[in-house]
Amino acid sequence: MTDEKTQVQDVNRAFYDFRYEDRDSYRIDGLTKEIVQQISEEKNDPEWMREFRLKSLEIFNQTAMPDWGPSIEGLDMDHIATYVRPNAQRMNTRWEDVPDDIRNTFDRLGIPKAERASLAGVGAQYDSEVVYHNIREDVAKLGVVYTDIESALHGEYGDMIHEHFMKLVPPTDHKFAALHGAVWSGGSFVYVPRGVSVEIPLQSYFRLNAAGAGQFEHTLIIVEEGAYLHFIEGCSAPKYNVANLHAGCVELFVAKNATLRYSTIENWSKNMYNLNTKRARVEEGGKVEWISGSFGSHVSYLYPMSVLNGKGARSEFTGVTFAGKGQNLDTGCKVVHNAPDTSSYVNTRSISKDGGISTFRSAVVVNPKAENSKSAVSCQSLMVDDVSRSDTIPAMDVRTSQADIGHEARIGRISDEAVFYLMSRGVSEEEARALIVSGFAENVSKELPLEYAVEMNNLIRIEMKGAIG
Amino acid sequence: MANSLLSVSGLRAAAEEKEILRGVDLEIGEGETHVLMGPNGAGKSTLAGALMGDPRYTILGGEVSFKGENLLEKSVSQRAGAGLFLSFQNPVEVPGISLENFIRTAIEQGKGEKLRPWVFHKEVKETLAALSMDESYGERDLNVGFSGGEKKKAEILQMLLLKPSLAILDETDSGLDVDAVRTVSRGVEEFRKNEKASLLIITHNAAILSALKVDRVHVLVSGRIVKEGGPELIEEISRDGFSRFEVNEG
Repeated sequence: MTDEKTQVQDVNRAFYDFRYEDRDSYRIDGLTKEIVQQISEEKNDPEWMREFRLKSLEIFNQTAMPDWGPSIEGLDMDHIATYVRPNAQRMNTRWEDVPDDIRNTFDRLGIPKAERASLAGVGAQYDSEVVYHNIREDVAKLGVVYTDIESALHGEYGDMIHEHFMKLVPPTDHKFAALHGAVWSGGSFVYVPRGVSVEIPLQSYFRLNAAGAGQFEHTLIIVEEGAYLHFIEGCSAPKYNVANLHAGCVELFVAKNATLRYSTIENWSKNMYNLNTKRARVEEGGKVEWISGSFGSHVSYLYPMSVLNGKGARSEFTGVTFAGKGQNLDTGCKVVHNAPDTSSYVNTRSISKDGGISTFRSAVVVNPKAENSKSAVSCQSLMVDDVSRSDTIPAMDVRTSQADIGHEARIGRISDEAVFYLMSRGVSEEEARALIVSGFAENVSKELPLEYAVEMNNLIRIEMKGAIG
Repeated sequence: MANSLLSVSGLRAAAEEKEILRGVDLEIGEGETHVLMGPNGAGKSTLAGALMGDPRYTILGGEVSFKGENLLEKSVSQRAGAGLFLSFQNPVEVPGISLENFIRTAIEQGKGEKLRPWVFHKEVKETLAALSMDESYGERDLNVGFSGGEKKKAEILQMLLLKPSLAILDETDSGLDVDAVRTVSRGVEEFRKNEKASLLIITHNAAILSALKVDRVHVLVSGRIVKEGGPELIEEISRDGFSRFEVNEG
């Protein structure tokens, strides 16, 4: 199924940078009340959502830009189209119905192949609309819902969405959460009923394609008591020279004794401002597992957060970040321990190269109620050359004496000895370094399904190309 | 006299600005097995590393020709591609690539030939069997979590699969249990089945040499070859040690 992708040697950057010249059928620039109303009309929002959008816009206008992370001065809100609709009917459940040029793009990304390979369901977002959505019948029979969030808003799960939408990440959270609330468009809704274990991963693949387009997709996942789900979100955007913005939002509700694994490989184009917000709430005995690979983008702010609300709730975060030339990636995670016996484990790797800046930022908060909780944070940074930068900003806020909290940070470089060893067997210096860096990122790749692990290694290889001389 | 494979003349090399090799001359012919002996600190590993292109060593002078070409101007990968192999005493662990895939990549890049994965897999299996090594070795990540003995066995496996013209075994037998020594010896025997393949064995251990037909023995003391001879030198040194040569050195 993945024969054209498993040949690691056959990779070139063009594989990810292709784009088709587009015919945007409809687009709106800038952000005003009228525009938000227009989007809402276009979406045929329920009344509460229209109000929610307008309220969010007010909050957006009242909220200052963040002033504590990498610079986002290059982001000009007036020139970012807040909504772009491709030339496709609203929803397609049959692959054949997707327009040819869009289908070609997805074919090159391997999506239908992945589906044929028995992945449970595929949702692909092309610009702001979900153009393709499907779920395998046997998964649907278990009562699992996997659909685009916009149609779910009008169906039998409308009330459930109303009850959960932006409750974990309220528009007041920060300026780009407010922006998201005002102009969000597209995304996925997943509901796994009580006791149902979804054995094969559900996956969605998001891309941005139109110049100057922003993408504001919303992902809402509810995993009921004792259920299990692995959801994979992959992102790859073609290169473009107008500043792009991504301000998506992911909200995960993990009920008692349920487990949700949320895997992401993001590969944004190098002009992207990736200001994404992801959050999970975990009840008693439940567990959230974040697997996160952050590639591409000009600037990223990304800190998936776990709120451990029930006794014995757990969070694991495994991440890798690769910052190359012209990139400033500020990534990490947050954990809030709100109940006794909760535990969190954070294991991240960051790689910086060619002057790239990679900052690991984490916050672990242990509230007084969270007695006997444990947290272990480990971050390792690898600088590929002397001009790159790596910073570690771990914050710990522990308000009980009954907690076991640990942190370790390591910063290193590729050893000459390791390069010499690999070269002495015949591989080139470039290959030797790529092998070492891929190995460094193995904490993430070993947690991913094979085709994603291969893709991630391909990305590393592409990023490492030209590192020599 | 066999065709010349490696010719070293007047090689001088330094580590951290300290001169270690002070004019080494060495000739190895096609299909020959040579042994390099010497006391600790004589420069044996420096010589092996300098030939392979270890960046820790600076070449100060002298010439090395391998298959008639100037070895010293080649990159490390090019030296490997030309048919030189060095076993490491403590090879690095590289997660994320299996031993088998690594060797295949190395052959494909070093020699520029494309291998069919299933044909190569068969060869790996046969080679593992010849070394009495477990089949699972090939699937394990390169050296990751390997014991000292396992790492050395894996080095021998790589040697057999890469099929170099000259393999330098740097103390491959030291610190090994009986089982691992047996594997190394068997690997050397396998390697020698190719009549054109040459070996330079750096060792303290006469036992590993007893089963081998050794063509030439070189004694390195204080950065110079002070004595050369036939296999009888091995016995002499295991009996008397190196003190005789060190006295000569003054």
